[in-house]
Order: sequence, then structure tokens, then C-alpha cells
Amino acid sequence: MKVKTKETVVAWWMVLPALLVISIIAFFPLFKTFYDSFYESSLRPDIEKKFVGFQNYIELFKDDRFIAALKTTIIFTIVSVALETAFGLLIAIVVNQPFKFRGVVRVAMLIPWAIPTAISSQMWKWMFNDQGGIMTKLLESLHLIEPGVPILGLPNTALWAIIAVDVWKTTPFMALLILAGLQLVPEELYEAARIDGAGVMQRFTKITIPMLSSTIAVALIFRTLDALRVFDVVFIMTRGSVGTETLAVYNRVLLMDRAFTGPWFGYGSALSVIIFLLISIFAIIYIKSLKLKLD
Amino acid sequence: MSSRLKRRIYNTLLIIAVIFILVWCIFPFYWAIISSLKPNLELFDPNPTFFPKQPTFSNYVKVFQERPFHVNIWNSIVVSGITTLTTLIFGSFAGYAIARLHMKGKAIVMSLILAVSMFPQISILGSLFVILKKLGFINTYQGLILPYVAITLPLTTWILQNFFRDLPKEIEEAAAIDGCSRLRTLFQIVFPMSAPGLVATGLLTFITAWNEFLFAFTFMQKPDYYTVPVAIAMFAGRSQYEQPWGQLMAAAVIVTVPLVALVLIFQNRIIAGLSSGAVKG
Repeated sequence: MKVKTKETVVAWWMVLPALLVISIIAFFPLFKTFYDSFYESSLRPDIEKKFVGFQNYIELFKDDRFIAALKTTIIFTIVSVALETAFGLLIAIVVNQPFKFRGVVRVAMLIPWAIPTAISSQMWKWMFNDQGGIMTKLLESLHLIEPGVPILGLPNTALWAIIAVDVWKTTPFMALLILAGLQLVPEELYEAARIDGAGVMQRFTKITIPMLSSTIAVALIFRTLDALRVFDVVFIMTRGSVGTETLAVYNRVLLMDRAFTGPWFGYGSALSVIIFLLISIFAIIYIKSLKLKLD
Repeated sequence: MSSRLKRRIYNTLLIIAVIFILVWCIFPFYWAIISSLKPNLELFDPNPTFFPKQPTFSNYVKVFQERPFHVNIWNSIVVSGITTLTTLIFGSFAGYAIARLHMKGKAIVMSLILAVSMFPQISILGSLFVILKKLGFINTYQGLILPYVAITLPLTTWILQNFFRDLPKEIEEAAAIDGCSRLRTLFQIVFPMSAPGLVATGLLTFITAWNEFLFAFTFMQKPDYYTVPVAIAMFAGRSQYEQPWGQLMAAAVIVTVPLVALVLIFQNRIIAGLSSGAVKG
């Protein structure tokens, strides 16, 4: 019994540094954000802090810029996650086939993921440039855009370009996750189905999809969590202009630009809380789906 | 349809698909390299070529002459390096306690740590800025390292905790019977046995810290303190309208090549680490 108590003490000392860091850097600031969201406050020292209750939240839902950012975030999330899942599944199936140099292809698939988003966004910004941009050239020659159209300067095309970059970066990664699930499907199942005369499509819909559903579900929610808080790619490609502003980009404008000149810090904190709650919903679904998998 | 024809169609489709995947993954990186080697005139050629006609390294020279890019690289190395070491130490302590030691409330501790991985960074950005400012940590290395340790700890602790659980318990028990203290067992037996796990998680941590943008952009406000992603995002020419794309691509290539090399060398471990982190949670 005494040994056990001593062990418990050691154990607590060992988790203490980790708990301390996440308390100071994550939990306390999160609590502070909730607290500040009920105040009118600023980062300018001469503006006094004032309790306003739910006023910031009410104002937020009357704010056209917030509504627009919410819409953009939702469109971005749905379209990019859907495309990433569909392409990811296809690529996973291709890479699961036996062929020469399969190892090389799998390694190449890590490249888009490994390049920092800030850097790959600039690479793509260059490819979408209206002068000398190779993607601009390609889209023009396919007659998908008029010559001379600045892709990143127009509302519709800019958001699509941003989605394209996100899909480019994340799809191979998604494919690798799905591939891991695919390799767990026993080969005998396919053999048996083949002997019973099932065609390619039938094997795909009756074996692959059902066997993969939990892997795909987990990857999908994981990606949704990421897409809802997208910042880097949008900020670097367009700075949130021409209708591409997402919630996180608007939130940073409020907290780090406007809050230094006027009473916007509390308002920005309210938006931070909304983003947190939005993501929490998906996080809870994510955790629930993991529990199901463990059973 | 004869089976030979079927086979041929399958093979052709497969080759097309594989080429498509390779182009998808490699082309933007290839294009960055090519663009970085082109002189300015060639860069804006209305009919861009896939090879530079007159390759030049001038962009690579200018990137260090016209801006403090070497300082930015150094900042990134220091911040990512110290973050990785700290996270590995804190994470392996916590992971070992959770995996092996007798302790009430283990599940709660692990859930608390994992919960942080779900936090959107933007939700703590404002408050964290105020806290770091009060501590005088804005524009300092520690002001970035602390947040990075917090955001990388969840995955590290989780992966290491799984790893420790899979180690044979008998060795540690034998060491305990021989009178080896808990800490000595940890340092002399458990850590050396866990080297593969530590390398994989260390790499993931390093890459996360190296690539992070939002915190670095907010907490480092002077060009001399910028990390690489911020320096590249804030890349500017003499005027707002002339972006030095050639230089920018050179900078991108310089910092991406080592990273890509690292990933290629440790690919198996990274994939294993990532799937245990993302798929298992």
C-alpha cells in the first residue's frame, strides 16, 4: 500500500509539467476569452472595460461581415472536405494496387503535407498570378476563364483557388489515412466475392465502402475540425478580400487590428467563443465516433 | 471482352492514375524550383517554359542579401528545436505515468491533455497575446516556444503513451526487483527502448512547430524575430505592387528541401505516428 502511494506521488509529479503548460497556455486563455466576451473592452489602455452581458453576441449576429464569413467558412468546409474525401478514397484505391514504384508514389504523397501551408500558399499564389502564372495559363487555354482575369482578385474564382490549394495539400494525406484502413480489409473477402462472380463495382460498394466507413468517418470529422478554423491559406492568398474572409480571418482582424484602436476586443472574444463552440460540436461527434470504434 | 484486353485497359488506367497522382503531389514543388532558377524576364514570359532557358542562382543570393532570411531560418531552428526537446521530455513523463504508474484520475488527465488538441488556436489567440504581453514575452523565443509546447503536447503524449503500453512490462519489473528506481528505469531502460517512438513523435512535433503560422505571425512582430513561414508570408518587394516572385520561390525551396528530405527519410515512422494519432485519436 505504501509503495502504491509513493508511486502515485511520482506519477503526479510526472504529469505536472504537461498539465501546467496546457493550463497556462490553453485552459486559462480559453476561460479568459469566455470571460472577456461579456465585456466591452479594448487593447487601448485608455478605453475602460465595461460589462455588457450578451450584447457582443447579439451585435455579432447583426454584423453582415460575420454572417458573410460564416457562410464562406461553411462553403469552404463542405466543398473542400467533400472533394478531399472523394479524391482521397480514389487515390487510396489506386495506391493500394500492386505496381512498380508503389513505394515512391506513397512517399511523394507526403510532400504536399510536409510543406508548410504558408509556403505552399505562396507557391500557389504564384501559380495563380495573372502574369506568368502557370495555372492561370492552363485555365485560360482550357477556356475555363477569360484571358486577363485575375483569379485571386474576383470573388468567385478566388474562393475556388483557395479551396484548390487546401484540396491539393490535404487529399494525399487523407488518402494515406484511408489507405491504412484499406490495408486492414482482408484479401479473402475480395477473393470470395470474385469467386461468387461479383464485379469491380459490386466489390467496391459491397466490401470496400462498408469496411472503410469508420476510417472515412473519422478522417472526415478530423478534416472538418481543421477546415472550420482555416486561416493560413486564406490569409496568405487573399488577406480575406473579395468575399473569401473566413471566421478565423475576421476574428484575427477584430482581436489584433481593430482592438488596438477601439472597443473591439470583447467583440472579437465573442467570435472566438462562437468558433470554439462550433468546433466543439464536431469534436464531440469525433470523440463519440472513436468510442464506437473501440467497442 | 477478352481478359487480355481487360488487363490492358486496367494497366493503362492504372498508369494514367499513378502519373496523375505524382504530378499532383510534385508539380507545385517542381514549379517553385524552376521559377526560383529563372531570371526575372523569363519569369513573366507569357509562355512559361518547363525548364529555365538561362538558369541563374541570383535569386538564392539575393534572398540573403536583401532581407534577414538567414535570421528567420535561425529563429525557426531555435524555436522548433527547443519546442521539440521540451515536448518530448514533458510528453514522455506524462505518457509514462499514464501508461504504467498507479494513479487515480488517469483518464481525466489524458482527456484534459487531448482536449487541447481540439482547441482552435484562434479561440485563445487574443487572451494568449494579452498574457504573453504582460509577461514581456512578445518578440521573444519563449513567447513562441511555450504555446508550441502546449499545442504539440497532446499528440506527443498520446502516441508515446500508446508506445509505452506496448513495451514488455517484464523488463521494467525485473529492473524494479533489482532495486532500480523508477526514474532510473525510465532513463536507462524505457527511453532507449522507445527510441523509434521518440524519433517519430519528435519529428511530428518539429514539423508542426516549423510550419506554424498564426501564433508566430501574432507573437513575433518584428522582421528580425519572424520565423520562416511568417517571413515568407510577409515577403515584399520595394513597392506593394512588385512581388519578387523569383526570390520568394528561392526562399520557399531553401526551407522546403530539408523538410522534404527529412520526411522522405523517416516516411515509415511518420506515417505510423500520424495514423496512430489521427485514426486512433
